[in-house]
Amino acid sequence: MTTTGISVRDLSMNYDGVPILERVSIDIAFGTFCTIVGASGCGKSTFLRLLLGQERPSGGVILLDDVPIPHEPTPERGIVFQRYSIFPHLTVRENLLMAANFQGSPLLGRIFGSRRRAAREAADTLLEKVGLTAAADRYPAQLSGGMQQRVAIAQALTMKPKVLLMDEPFGALDPGVRADMQGLILDIWREQDMTVFMVTHDLQEAFRLGTRLIAFDKVRVDPQFPNAYGARITYDLPIDDVTEPPMDPDAGFALPDNTAEGAEIAC
Amino acid sequence: MRLINQKISRPTHVALAALPFVLAIIAYMVASDLRLQVNPADKLLPSFTSMADAFWRMAAEPDRRSGDILLWGDTWASLARLGIGVGISTLLAILLGIPIGLIPVARSTLSSFVSTLSLIPPITVLPILFIMVGLGELSKVSLIVFGTAPVMVRTIALAVAELPKELLIKAQTLGASTWQIIVRVVLPQVLPRVVVAIRLGLVPAWIFLISAEAIASTEGLGYRIFLVRRYLAMDIILPYVAWITVIAVVLDRGLLMLSRKAFRWAHLGEDTEGGGL
Repeated sequence: MTTTGISVRDLSMNYDGVPILERVSIDIAFGTFCTIVGASGCGKSTFLRLLLGQERPSGGVILLDDVPIPHEPTPERGIVFQRYSIFPHLTVRENLLMAANFQGSPLLGRIFGSRRRAAREAADTLLEKVGLTAAADRYPAQLSGGMQQRVAIAQALTMKPKVLLMDEPFGALDPGVRADMQGLILDIWREQDMTVFMVTHDLQEAFRLGTRLIAFDKVRVDPQFPNAYGARITYDLPIDDVTEPPMDPDAGFALPDNTAEGAEIAC
Repeated sequence: MRLINQKISRPTHVALAALPFVLAIIAYMVASDLRLQVNPADKLLPSFTSMADAFWRMAAEPDRRSGDILLWGDTWASLARLGIGVGISTLLAILLGIPIGLIPVARSTLSSFVSTLSLIPPITVLPILFIMVGLGELSKVSLIVFGTAPVMVRTIALAVAELPKELLIKAQTLGASTWQIIVRVVLPQVLPRVVVAIRLGLVPAWIFLISAEAIASTEGLGYRIFLVRRYLAMDIILPYVAWITVIAVVLDRGLLMLSRKAFRWAHLGEDTEGGGL
């Protein structure tokens, strides 16, 4: 069996004996924009950390193009966090030069001369794409939250990752800025050949951006012992570009029928 | 308006900051004057003029016995010991603190050991140093290192451990090795904390410097004030203490200014009103 993309097989994750994820299996084709939703504490961020290799699963494997992913972060999988994604001690442009620095200079982590000029040009092109040319020489602390996330996205793209992981990247942004950023990330995804995983709290955002939406929730709930079972994928929807959100996002997250109301308490 | 909401203008701030100093000086002058009126030969609270005379003798006139100008010789000797001692501690803080904070195997190996070392009262090590390395410069510098390095190492290890994990992961997704993460991500971000550690380390460093000089030395600021104590020479001791304080303040403010210049990113959004902390 050969697939390109990500294959998750029987993935489970416990923290100190508490199951968070239970036997999750899913195949995500290369080029998918996969949005991940679910109530807080239902394992969506854990799932993302496992994809990143930041943590080692308690069971199961994740295959990227049929090869198990290593249990540490690698350049194949880029990441944008909600906060702390960019280096505060470097200007915006230097942040974008870091990948080239790391690649080009094992000892100093700093490239010079013509190589630096080439990397600088590439960085400036990227800055123009995310609309930050004017802020190139500023430090992250001098930027607004939206601008910082633009830098974070641009920085993740400097490695041309096969997979881009985002953990609530726009969660802390104002609605207007958020809409701009959503447009930006769609443009980038269409342009760069890559698979995107994006965790979000915002259902509307999940439907608007994703070509596939998965939801994590607990299938089994023991009311006496809410931590007895972990979450699984309860929803897996392919989304067409034209599909309108099938439910009112303000109405909250509709649970599948096989989970009782108790699930909301549990997660 | 509530006190916590008051804004202090620059001139008011300067005036208020000067006030306690002025009051302390006035209080001293009054007390000194009262004592000298009763006994003009009183040595306990000398007048400012006699202190100025004594300080001038130390700072500008060669010593009758050795021909050296004592204040500068003492200052140079003490600052050299302090600089070498704190310098070695700073190097240790970087060389040990970063691995302890960043690399699990280094943390497991060293962190309990360094914590234990930092709890040994340094002054109890002084006799051991005197016995082992003699009464020379080495024992004094060693005492300063012993008294400041363990705490500085722990401070830096803590600063490294507190760096957001996200940044380390981000660096790895950009292809960085452990070494590259150290030189390009961790070290530059903890350097401002190293400066803070030096500023805080200078406080105990002075204590150990003066202690070591008081016990066994032939020159140095601490040696001098303990020497002239035998003659109740308050007119020398008080200006010396003031001089040491001036040096300490200049070092502290100098390091803060250096940090603001060299690590501008770390001081963005910092409240500099009132001169900073």
